[in-house]
Amino acid sequence: MKTESKLQQILDSGQFAVTAEIGPPKHSSAEGIRHHAEMMKDYVDATNITDNQTAIVRLSSIAAGVHVQSCGIEPIVQMTCRDRNRIAMQSDLLGAYSLGMRNVLCLSGDHQKFGNHPTAKNVYDIDSMQLIYYLRRMRDEKLFFSGEEIKEHEPRFFIGAVANPFADPFEFRVARLEKKVEAGAQFIQTQCIFDMERFERFMEMVRERGIDQRVHILAGVTPMKSWRAAKYIQNNVSGMIVPDELVERLKNAEDPKREGVEICIEQIKYIKENIKGVHGVHIMAIAWEEVVPEIVERSGLYPRPKI
Amino acid sequence: MIIAQQKPVKDIAAMISECKKVLLVGCAGCVTVCLSGGEKETEVLASSLRIMRKMEDKPLETVTYTATRQCDPEYVAMIDNYTKDVDAIISLACGVGVQYLAERFTDKWVVPALDTKFIGGSTVHGNWEEKCGLCGECILHRTGGICPIIRCSKSILNGPCGGSQYGKCEVSKDVDCAWQLIYDRMKALGKLDKLMEFHPPKDWSKSRDGGPRKAIREDVMID
Repeated sequence: MKTESKLQQILDSGQFAVTAEIGPPKHSSAEGIRHHAEMMKDYVDATNITDNQTAIVRLSSIAAGVHVQSCGIEPIVQMTCRDRNRIAMQSDLLGAYSLGMRNVLCLSGDHQKFGNHPTAKNVYDIDSMQLIYYLRRMRDEKLFFSGEEIKEHEPRFFIGAVANPFADPFEFRVARLEKKVEAGAQFIQTQCIFDMERFERFMEMVRERGIDQRVHILAGVTPMKSWRAAKYIQNNVSGMIVPDELVERLKNAEDPKREGVEICIEQIKYIKENIKGVHGVHIMAIAWEEVVPEIVERSGLYPRPKI
Repeated sequence: MIIAQQKPVKDIAAMISECKKVLLVGCAGCVTVCLSGGEKETEVLASSLRIMRKMEDKPLETVTYTATRQCDPEYVAMIDNYTKDVDAIISLACGVGVQYLAERFTDKWVVPALDTKFIGGSTVHGNWEEKCGLCGECILHRTGGICPIIRCSKSILNGPCGGSQYGKCEVSKDVDCAWQLIYDRMKALGKLDKLMEFHPPKDWSKSRDGGPRKAIREDVMID
């Protein structure tokens, strides 16, 4: 189903897409977001705007999306199921579309335990699968989640979802991805890839089921700043796998930050050249947005297509 | 059964700090089984409160009684004779029992001695686990007999989410991922195809969101 999304045009035309991530701040100024957007605008096709990531209160993803859009980048609004019930979600979706947002990424969201309000009540009125399903129905069948008709101006989003090849049960991950595609997901961004071998096995299963023919998969990559950061993720973040070799390589590097960038560029080149069925890359430079242009350029992905 | 745990004694003492004589009412139902509000716990709490007050030089008189069930008006009525000259009633039942006492003894200060935690069962002696979320519309036939509403930290119906790893939930290495359990069981039963079915959102009006729920069975009504 066609939408006004530029990201969709790029992906549907068969070009290798580049998206990045901008994390909104823990305050009410958009200066930083705008700075990052200006810096990235010629280097990426769209940027994700995270939705209170790790359950830490931040400037809203939709509001940040408006700032990013006014700087000339197409935003991908992330929407988690943690903080809003189905009424608030639909209201925000209508609002986001009215403000020019054309891409939504549906996620469960990190549990509030990890954030700065661990005593909050979570919502999870609907889950990410249901959000995908109902977003598609809003667009294609003009129905609210309840089944009531949307008489006019239905929101027509390009619908994204996430997949985590590093979570368990591994053999069910591809099946669940397929379930998301059945529900209506049109593009998929994966969790950060550090274990390339596992990602390759995942993609093999994806191709076996022909899922890569039905959805655009963008491989998630993250440049690491230090071996300590890598070690922390290895030990403490559920659903991520960081191989020891990666930690060692950063540990032995003279300039770990440089090494982190080099590793990320190597990963992107490897994925693009060797892994069939991947239609783009999603660069999550967490609290390190400045490094995105260099990564894009040196990965041979610059200039970006003009739409 | 309902699992409850006793509040710290000092917190209970603070609720009745102005009282001279109190009635402690235990319950022989669920809270006896989970060792938090039965006859024994009622006696122990009464003596703890008396000792605390004696040390403060403000002696407390206690009366104890254990009801067959505090969630049944018939048994609550049997407490009537014990309440006449007490300043407060401490209920060692779940939240239902506390409310039944407050409803019957309108002129008495009724306070809870327990925190009502969840409904579940025991694994080994001294260890209880939550198993049911009281959602009002059971879906266990779709999830291999494992409840994702209460056992998944996000109540996900089309799981598992991306935080499941090595069989554990992202919130803690001590919590099993309910969806890993569901997957394992469906696989063992040869029913993995069931997990590919889209599970629609819950109708929460059948849960607490519809206000206090009632269950009516006209066939067993006496009048």
